[in-house]
Amino acid sequence: MNNKKAMNRIQDLGALIALVLLVIVIGIISPEFRTVGNFLSLLRQSSINGLIAFGMTCVILTGGIDLSVGSVLALSTALCAGMISGGVPVGLAMILALVIGTGLGAVSGVLVTTGRLQPFIATLVTMTVYRGLTMIYMDGKPISDLGDSFTLKLIGKGNFYHIPIAVILFLVIFGIFMFILEKTTFGRRIYATGSNWMASKLAGVNISRTKLAVYAISGCMAALSGLILLSRLNSAQPNLGDGYELDAIAAVALGGTSMNGGRGRIWGTFVGVLIIAVLNNGLNILGVSSYYQDVVKGIVILIAVLSDRKR
Amino acid sequence: MQIEMRGIDKSFGGNAVLKSAGFLLDHGEIHALMGENGAGKSTLMKILTGVYTKDAGTVIVDGQEVCYKNAQEAERAGIVFIHQELNVLFDLTVEENMFLGKEIKNRFGVCNKKEMQKQVRAILDRLGVKIDPNQKMSELSVGQQQMIEIAKALMVDAQVIIMDEPTAALTQSETEVLFQVVNSLREKGVSIVYISHRMEEIFELCDRITVLRDGTYIDTKRIKDTDMNDVVRMMIGREIGERYPLRDTKIGKTVFEVKDLTCPGVFQNVSFQVHAGEVLGVAGLMGAGRTEIMQAIFGNMPHVTGHIYIDGKEVQNKNPQQAIKNGVGFITEDRKVEGLMLEESIMKNISLANLGRISKNGVLQKKAEQDLVKQGIEELHIKCFGPDHECTNLSGGNQQKVVFAKWIYTNPKVLILDEPTRGVDIGAKKEIYSIINELAAKGVAVIMVSSELPEVLGMADRIMVVREGLVRGILSKEEANQENVMILATGGNLNE
Repeated sequence: MNNKKAMNRIQDLGALIALVLLVIVIGIISPEFRTVGNFLSLLRQSSINGLIAFGMTCVILTGGIDLSVGSVLALSTALCAGMISGGVPVGLAMILALVIGTGLGAVSGVLVTTGRLQPFIATLVTMTVYRGLTMIYMDGKPISDLGDSFTLKLIGKGNFYHIPIAVILFLVIFGIFMFILEKTTFGRRIYATGSNWMASKLAGVNISRTKLAVYAISGCMAALSGLILLSRLNSAQPNLGDGYELDAIAAVALGGTSMNGGRGRIWGTFVGVLIIAVLNNGLNILGVSSYYQDVVKGIVILIAVLSDRKR
Repeated sequence: MQIEMRGIDKSFGGNAVLKSAGFLLDHGEIHALMGENGAGKSTLMKILTGVYTKDAGTVIVDGQEVCYKNAQEAERAGIVFIHQELNVLFDLTVEENMFLGKEIKNRFGVCNKKEMQKQVRAILDRLGVKIDPNQKMSELSVGQQQMIEIAKALMVDAQVIIMDEPTAALTQSETEVLFQVVNSLREKGVSIVYISHRMEEIFELCDRITVLRDGTYIDTKRIKDTDMNDVVRMMIGREIGERYPLRDTKIGKTVFEVKDLTCPGVFQNVSFQVHAGEVLGVAGLMGAGRTEIMQAIFGNMPHVTGHIYIDGKEVQNKNPQQAIKNGVGFITEDRKVEGLMLEESIMKNISLANLGRISKNGVLQKKAEQDLVKQGIEELHIKCFGPDHECTNLSGGNQQKVVFAKWIYTNPKVLILDEPTRGVDIGAKKEIYSIINELAAKGVAVIMVSSELPEVLGMADRIMVVREGLVRGILSKEEANQENVMILATGGNLNE
C-alpha cells in the first residue's frame, strides 16, 4: 500500500534525522568535531565497519546472520600479511586475501545450506575456528615486516584530491550494493528468500545458491575491510577485528532491517554505520570514557529498534 | 445444557460476517452446523465461547443471558471448543498436555505427577481409548490427538463440546472410534456442536442440523426430515449446477504423463495422463497422498522414482527450478505458507516466478515488470490499490488471484492446482473457475486437487481418486458422481 511506502520513507528519514541531530548536537558542543578533517577521518573510520555491514545486510535480509566476519577479517588479513612478508607481490597478495575471505564466508554458507545448521550456530563455529586458525598461523604474534609498498598504503592511507581512498571505496561499494539489491534479480531473490523461503523455493528461486552467495559476499567484504585495516596499521594482529560483527549487526539494526529477514534497505545500513561512527568519534572527542560509550551505543540501538517496532 | 443464540451480528472492519445469525442447542443432542466456507459457522461458535465479542444479539444458556469474556470463562461454564487446528504441544507428554496450566501441585509448586497420571488414565478409560499418559504428543496419530482434546474437555466437565471439522485429518477407522465416543457422550447428556462439510457423516451421526448462509440463519431441521440435496440447497441458496461456469474446450493430445511415480511409504506406482485443454480432478480423503504426488511432480519431494513426460519427452523434475523450466506451474495448497510473500507487494509476488522474463542479464527491467503486473491485475480482476498493495491486506480470493497471476505468465504447459479455492468466498470462487476455464481453453493441461467434492465434480473432465498412496481409479465424466468417488476414496470397489 502507498501508505506503507510513505511510512517506510519516514522510517528511513527517522534514522537520517537522528544522524543529523547527533552531528548538530556534538558539533555545537565541540568545535574540534565540526572540522572537515574530522569528518573525513570519521568517514574513513566508518568505511571499515561499513563494508562489513553491507555484507551483513545481505545475510540478514535472507533471514540469516554472520557472526564470523571479525574472524574472517583476521584470518584473511593474517594470510595476506604472511604472503607479503614472504615475498608475494603486494597486489597479488591483496587479491588473494579477498579470494580467501570469499572462500571462508562460503564455508559458513555451506554449513547453513548443505549442513542445515542454523546460521547463528554455523557462523559461531566458523568464527571460533577461524580465530583459532589465525592464532595458530601467527603463533599469537603480530606480522609487521610488510615493507614499504605503495599499493598497500594506498587503500588505507591514500587520498584522491584530499578524499581518502577508503572513503571512495566505501561509497562505490555502497552504490554497487544498492544496485544489486534494488535492481537485479539476485537482489530480488535475497529479499524473497528472507520473506518466505518456502514460497520462493516453489517459485523457482534457488534458495541454497542465494544463501551461499550472501555468506561469500559477507566474507569478501570482511576481507576487504581487513585490507584497509592492514594498510592503516601496517601490521596484522591476531586479535584484529575482534567484536566487529557486533558493530556491523548494530548498524544493520539501526538502519531498520528486520532481523527476521525480507525487509530492509542498504541505505538504512549506510545511515546506521554513520550513526555508530559519529557516536564513536564524537564521544571520543568529548572525552567520554569508553566504558560509557558502550552504554550510550547500546541505548541508541535500543531506541532505534523500539521505534522500528512501532511501525 | 441448552443454548440459544439469537440475532447475532458481527462485522470485522466494516465487513459483515454475521447478520442476524442464530442457533438453538438442546440438552444431549448432536447438532450439525453447516454452511459454506465463510458462512460464519466458526465465527458464531467463537462468539459463543467468548473468543470474539458480538456486535448485537443475545446468547442464552440454560435460561440466563450470558456473555463470556474469553474462552477460559466459557470453559468454566462447561462449553469447550475443539478447534480444527488442534491445540497441542507436540514435545510434551499426554499428561502434561492435559494438565497444562492446571497442574496439580503442592504448596511448594511441585507437581503431583502420580495423581495427574491417575486422572488422565481414568478419563481415557472412560473414553475407551488406550493411550499411555507418558507418551509424547508427537508420537500419537492425529486421531489419538483428537481424543486427547476430547479428554481435556471432559476433564473440565464440559456440558457442550464444539468440534470444528474433527474428521478432516482422520482415517476411516479413527473416524469410527470418534463416532462411538461422540455417541456415548450424547448418552451421558453432553451436547455436541458438530461443524463439518462431510454430508455422509452428518447424516450418520447427527440429530439435527442448522444451516447458515452468508452469515445469516437459514433453517434448522431434524435429520429425519431432510436429505442431502435439501441441505445443499439451503447452504447455497440455489441449484448446484450454476456454480460452475461451462467450459467447452476441445481436448487435445496428451501433454503430460506420469508413469510409475513412487515415493516409498507415501505413494506407489502413480500413473496418469492429462491432455491439452483438459482439467483432471484429483479427489481423495485428507492424507491420501494427493498433495505429496503433486509436490513430487514439481520436484519438491525427496526419494521419488518414476517417469514424467511432457509433450511426449521424458523430463527430470529434480527441483522446482527444473520443473518450472520444463513447463510445470504449481499453485500450492497453503497460499500463506507456500504461495505468497505476505508482507510484500503484489508486484514482487507476481514477479518472483517471472524474474527471467522481466530481466536482462540479471538486471530487472522496470518497465517490463510494471507491464507484467498491470496485465495481471487487469486480466485477473485483482481488487487492490495498485501494484504496491501489500498482500496481507487482500481478501483470500484476491490473494489467490495473485498466486494465479504469478504462474499464468510463466506460460506453463501443465498447471497443478492444489485446493485452488480454499478459504475463498463464493463470488471469487466462480471467478477462479473462469480463470481455470480460460487456461484450459488456451491448451494448458490442468490438474486440480480438491477436497470439495462438488467442485471436482463441477469442474473436472475426468476424476482421479487416490487412496492411501494408490490411484484407485480414474472416472470419466459419465461415471463421476459423489457416490462413486466416495466409494473409491474410502476403499470400496465400483463393481460390487
